[in-house]
Amino acid sequence: MPASQPLKIALVGNPNSGKSSLFNFLTGLNQKIGNFPGVTVEKHIGQCKMPDKSTAQIIDLPGIYSLYPRSLDEQIVSEFLLHHKSPDCPDKVVVIVDATNLKRSLLLVTQIIDVGLPTVLVMNMMDLVNKAGISYNLKALSEELGVPVVPINARTGMGIEQLKETLTKSLAPSEKIVFPVFDEAREGIRLVRQELHVDNDYEAYQFLQQPHALNFLKPEERAFIDGVKESFKFFPGKFHGAETVQRYGFIQKLLDKITIQQADHSVPDFSTRADRILTHRVWGYLIFAAILFLIFQAIFAWATVPMDFIDGLFADLSNLAIDNLPEGPLTSMLAEGIIPGLGGIAIFIPQIAILFAFISILEESGYMARVVFLMDKIMRKFGLNGKSVVPLMSGVACAIPAIMATRTIDNWKERIITILVTPLMSCSARLPVFTILIALIVPDELLWGFINLQGIALMGLYLLGFAAAVISAIVINMLIKVTERSFLLMEMPQYRWPKWSNVGITIMDKTKAFVFEAGKVIMAIAVVLWVLASYGPGDKLDRAEEYVTEQHGTATIDEQELEDQVAAFRLEHSYAGIIGKAIEPVIAPLGYDWKIGIALITSFAAREVFVGTMATIYSIGSVEDQTTIKSRMKAEINPVTGGPRYTPAVGFSLLVFYTFAMQCMSTLAVVYRETKGWKWPIIQLTYMTVLAYLSAFLVYQIFS
Amino acid sequence: MAVPRNVAQMKPGELAIIAGLVDEGLSVKLMEMGCLPGAQIRFNFTAPLGDPVCITVSGYQLSLRLEEASTILILD
Repeated sequence: MPASQPLKIALVGNPNSGKSSLFNFLTGLNQKIGNFPGVTVEKHIGQCKMPDKSTAQIIDLPGIYSLYPRSLDEQIVSEFLLHHKSPDCPDKVVVIVDATNLKRSLLLVTQIIDVGLPTVLVMNMMDLVNKAGISYNLKALSEELGVPVVPINARTGMGIEQLKETLTKSLAPSEKIVFPVFDEAREGIRLVRQELHVDNDYEAYQFLQQPHALNFLKPEERAFIDGVKESFKFFPGKFHGAETVQRYGFIQKLLDKITIQQADHSVPDFSTRADRILTHRVWGYLIFAAILFLIFQAIFAWATVPMDFIDGLFADLSNLAIDNLPEGPLTSMLAEGIIPGLGGIAIFIPQIAILFAFISILEESGYMARVVFLMDKIMRKFGLNGKSVVPLMSGVACAIPAIMATRTIDNWKERIITILVTPLMSCSARLPVFTILIALIVPDELLWGFINLQGIALMGLYLLGFAAAVISAIVINMLIKVTERSFLLMEMPQYRWPKWSNVGITIMDKTKAFVFEAGKVIMAIAVVLWVLASYGPGDKLDRAEEYVTEQHGTATIDEQELEDQVAAFRLEHSYAGIIGKAIEPVIAPLGYDWKIGIALITSFAAREVFVGTMATIYSIGSVEDQTTIKSRMKAEINPVTGGPRYTPAVGFSLLVFYTFAMQCMSTLAVVYRETKGWKWPIIQLTYMTVLAYLSAFLVYQIFS
Repeated sequence: MAVPRNVAQMKPGELAIIAGLVDEGLSVKLMEMGCLPGAQIRFNFTAPLGDPVCITVSGYQLSLRLEEASTILILD
């Protein structure tokens, strides 16, 4: 092997087997996230220093129970392990199992052994096995399976060095075959092996079993396989069931041989006792509600300080650029386009980090499975799935990671519905818009002496978004007709204390994903907006100052006011202003004028741009000072009525519009990638825009 | 001959042996998750709203909906 090619080691295992912990132990912070070609399934790759000073590449694959995939994530693993001719094909495979749950875990182990790649079996949680009074003969296990067996504890790192040693040594595929393919299939397999140059019976057998789940097969190869299936009456369903029974038969015999001491089940364990409370009909829901409340409090209360800091930092950076760089369009683009654009991305980092800290803790501890368990029946009434709870909860921070989290839902229809309604959950980008509009139209007073009216209004908007999501789900559920049945088969893992380094790495992963995925779009839009708002037809923009001075005639105004008015004049005559005026007839029934029109257009890219646009339109110069924006907006006069522009009717209409409208290019881009086409993002954009427009129209007409 | 009972009809704490799986499409998935004919099954508890349910099979806890549970026949 040339030195430039590092050893490629794939990490495979059941969900909850401690796979991520092992990956984090092997690679530390030397990991990055890529994508598998063509799909958005995350591919975690890390570097690991081996005892012989070489560096190995570790690939962490999504958790699976079997090589027969049930969802998109699982399909990737099958493709990865069965495509032996791919340059990405791993040199060695590490299968990690939860040793407390050996029987079911061994199903995957036996499949992987049959695939014919050099394999190491890692027994995790051996400490718990010993505690439960179970004892296994690992030497016998290794001999029976023909692969090295390494006991580890992925929480403490015990056994990791031994695993690295084992991986450094040369390793041949196991000589054992657990499942010698059925006699009826033998001739078909011979043909496939010959035609496709496959070097292993089970690999060829898998090609015959699921040619359409394996995307690496070329169309002509697939056609050949289909032909073989046809002529040999190859019924995948029948074979799959029989294969599973045969494997479990082998596993039972194996366990009988290697088990020295059985478990003692007489005392109920901690998880059983905890479930009595956590899935209790009253306490279960109360505790879940309390946890949700804590997460909301944390997202809004704890994130304020770092968010203010980031906000100030980018404002300072802008000023620094203006003060120190020569005046010109480049400086202006940097200070007014790029730096605020970056700031607009960075400001969400605290909220996203806090949200994922909680989600990661809930997942690590095993509680998330209980949430699915508690909520499944309720969610099913709306055409959703218990597993939809996590995306909907995440949607409160940001729809982008939330939509990525729908991959765990294996039913296609439930997944699509979850994707379609998740953006109705009020995300953190709506928060600045809500804050400023509520401050404008809702008095800062206390109800009954202790309930803040503005707080009630904010909570109302969140509930409104949630209600809209649920109602939309019901409607979409009635519209989509599919025969694919919905099912739930979910492991209820034992409760465990979360491992904090795993939580930390998850936070970093998810934050990075947000910054790069959403960041790219927000950044690009910020620059486009800057161009639209800075340039316009004719010479009006270049000579703005002259026009404004002319308008004032002899009346003297101070320099600051002149500057502000010039800025406002420029915006009005820029391309953005022209577009705003063009759509005025459409938005007039909602109570908006062309200035709000500009904000609607700019915030189509990302909602939070609303505040920045407002700042520019009302020419404050600085976005940070929300009280200034508020007072300017308050002072704005509606020329038709002569009264204030932002009446409660206009304010509520805007709030409702922002609650429902699909104003986020990044989300649409993620939906496009997740659903592999433009159909669903277009449907989503249409239904949400119609919903927003009609609701805002109704609100305005009722209140005015 | 009495109609065989299924897992959905079990009571919390009850033990039984799986007799068979009646749903073609689901049976493969159930078997992969360790619900094999002949395996011992323990009905642990139901979710507060009566569905899904939690069982112990092949040495671990599995939750499934009543709909899926009713496709698993048991011997008493």
